[in-house]
Amino acid sequence: MSQDTLFDKVWDLHKVSSLPGGSDQIFIGLHLIHEVTSPQAFGALKDKNLKVKFPERTVATVDHIVPTDNQSRPFKDNLAEQMIETLEKNCLEHKIRFFNIGSGNQGIVHVVAPELGLTQPGMTIACGDSHTSTHGAFGSIAFGIGTSQVRDVLATQTIAMNKLKVRQIWCDNKLSKGVYAKDLVLHIINTLGVKAGVGFAYEFAGPAINALSIEERMTICNMSIEGGARCGYINPDEKTFSYIKNKLCAPKNEHWEKAVKWWKSLKSDEDSIYDDVIKIDASKVEPTVTWGITPGQSVGINQQIPLLEELSPNDQLVAEEAYEYMGFKPGQSIKNIPVDVCFIGSCTNGRISDLRVAAQVLKDKKVSKNLKAFIVPGSEKVANEAKQEGLDQIFKDSGFQWREPGCSMCLAMNSDKLIGNQVSASSSNRNFKGRQGSPSGRTLLMSPAMVAAAAINGKVSDVREFIK
Amino acid sequence: MKSKFTPPIGKITQINGQCISLIGNDIDTDRIIPARFLKCVNFDSLGESVFKDDRETLKGKHPFDLEENKNAAILIVNSNFGCGSSREHAPQALMRWGIKAIIGESFADIFYSNCIAIGIPCFTLPNKSIQEIQKNKDNKFLFLEIDLKNSLANSKDLSLKLAIKESSRKMFLLGEWDATATLLENESLIENKCNDLPYLEFNSYLL
Repeated sequence: MSQDTLFDKVWDLHKVSSLPGGSDQIFIGLHLIHEVTSPQAFGALKDKNLKVKFPERTVATVDHIVPTDNQSRPFKDNLAEQMIETLEKNCLEHKIRFFNIGSGNQGIVHVVAPELGLTQPGMTIACGDSHTSTHGAFGSIAFGIGTSQVRDVLATQTIAMNKLKVRQIWCDNKLSKGVYAKDLVLHIINTLGVKAGVGFAYEFAGPAINALSIEERMTICNMSIEGGARCGYINPDEKTFSYIKNKLCAPKNEHWEKAVKWWKSLKSDEDSIYDDVIKIDASKVEPTVTWGITPGQSVGINQQIPLLEELSPNDQLVAEEAYEYMGFKPGQSIKNIPVDVCFIGSCTNGRISDLRVAAQVLKDKKVSKNLKAFIVPGSEKVANEAKQEGLDQIFKDSGFQWREPGCSMCLAMNSDKLIGNQVSASSSNRNFKGRQGSPSGRTLLMSPAMVAAAAINGKVSDVREFIK
Repeated sequence: MKSKFTPPIGKITQINGQCISLIGNDIDTDRIIPARFLKCVNFDSLGESVFKDDRETLKGKHPFDLEENKNAAILIVNSNFGCGSSREHAPQALMRWGIKAIIGESFADIFYSNCIAIGIPCFTLPNKSIQEIQKNKDNKFLFLEIDLKNSLANSKDLSLKLAIKESSRKMFLLGEWDATATLLENESLIENKCNDLPYLEFNSYLL
């Protein structure tokens, strides 16, 4: 059993009681909500005649269903309009702070909370969204919950949960040029498998992690769940503190020093005990691309799609399903696979630093003919910053469409969808069957830089050829 | 047409029903309920959309479309079932279709806790036992009686020792799987905890 890790410290601090069944009652420091997984929770409160216990500890925004072309109200899609109206009504009724479209702070919930300074080390953070693990990049314990648990947090600010085990993923050396956090996390998931993290929190550590910016760390923690780990985190350091400093909701004045002192005390002790430790050599990671239907099915850009016999027996069933669905041949190179759609955005890679990297690749270049390419900034803040830096113009000049913020084609709940069996190069997090809106659509996950390279060549390419 | 859906309530000690097998590892919640069906403000109509895209692809041959399975209540799956999105819509859709319990090799964490929270016990069995059940051609008519007290599943000629997290098993037996009331019992502890948290005082937005 783990001991003295950041996870242990934060868990113990937030433990309210041991429940009769044997699970723990955990206090949630920050609760984030959005339009998709909250309406039924508010409905359940009403049914049970309960109030929101700490409305000031829940913050809302709208992201999953928002259109990214025309955001004027009412939305063209009646169901989407009904969902945003329900959220507006619930927030108003329960006095919950809501960052709506046009507020300057709307966006994907996991982009918005960190940029507002809401996400801080040592907190427990829950949201009805599996990518809540993103916030662990700050040294918080953050995890996705379902709607019934959203109801529980609204009603009690606590949930019932079994304590997770802790696996440290120690990343040695550092990433080489043209290789990004996305490549590292895809590589980790490929190495460990998509279910290795079940029952675990992942602590990402080591020189390669320390060298990452906070936004890159968010990309790593964001995809913990794709490796099965509901929660992933990184011990906070000076980079963490300076990222938070002066943000809208960050501790101010005399509170700042106090906060930093406490945050510093949270990191895992040098002699802390882990349930498991895994080592990864970051210098060996290549630009990585998925070829199948789970985020674990990936290869380096210069590798081939694995043959069935190269895979462990446990992976063969899904691999066969993937060959058939994707229409790729075992042994085929991932490089040069033609793509139809290029999407840069999502809570994994829709932040300003992602847009900067993509813009660097796309500057003075043109998107390949007959290819649809679009950028969906992660938030209104990201969009504004990008515009100030002139990135939007670089994208437009290259042939990328510049859209309004939201989740968009990561899960295709708005009108941004693949058609038929189109292949998309996507900076998002899931390549599940049908994930991007077409039941036969095919998704290749990669870093935003790699999506930009694919857009220029019209096929899967090595971005390192563009950034010599 | 299925009979009207009634959600489970109170103690869950026994689940009897016909099994339905779904073969495949890493079946994610996007497949269980595609995202377009999440555009709703209640769960009522999800049952008919469960596995919608997979079912359309298989044109009537999906296990959830076979006539002989229409009354099935116990779902038999392989490993990492329910991975991906946290959408509770996935177990809600299964439940509204008629599933009352799931037996599998393993489950994704969030899916598992969503199932527990809405009253669907999830049990595990080793890979070998699951495959034996799934390979059995007569499985479509396999009826199991699941006894939560003893974690056993019995049929005419089969007796299986099921595994389930002890905390979940107790919650079902005590009728405390719908956690809100249990959590609320500790109201004063919750308030004390809130006041003790070191970060309260330096969070300006909380004031």
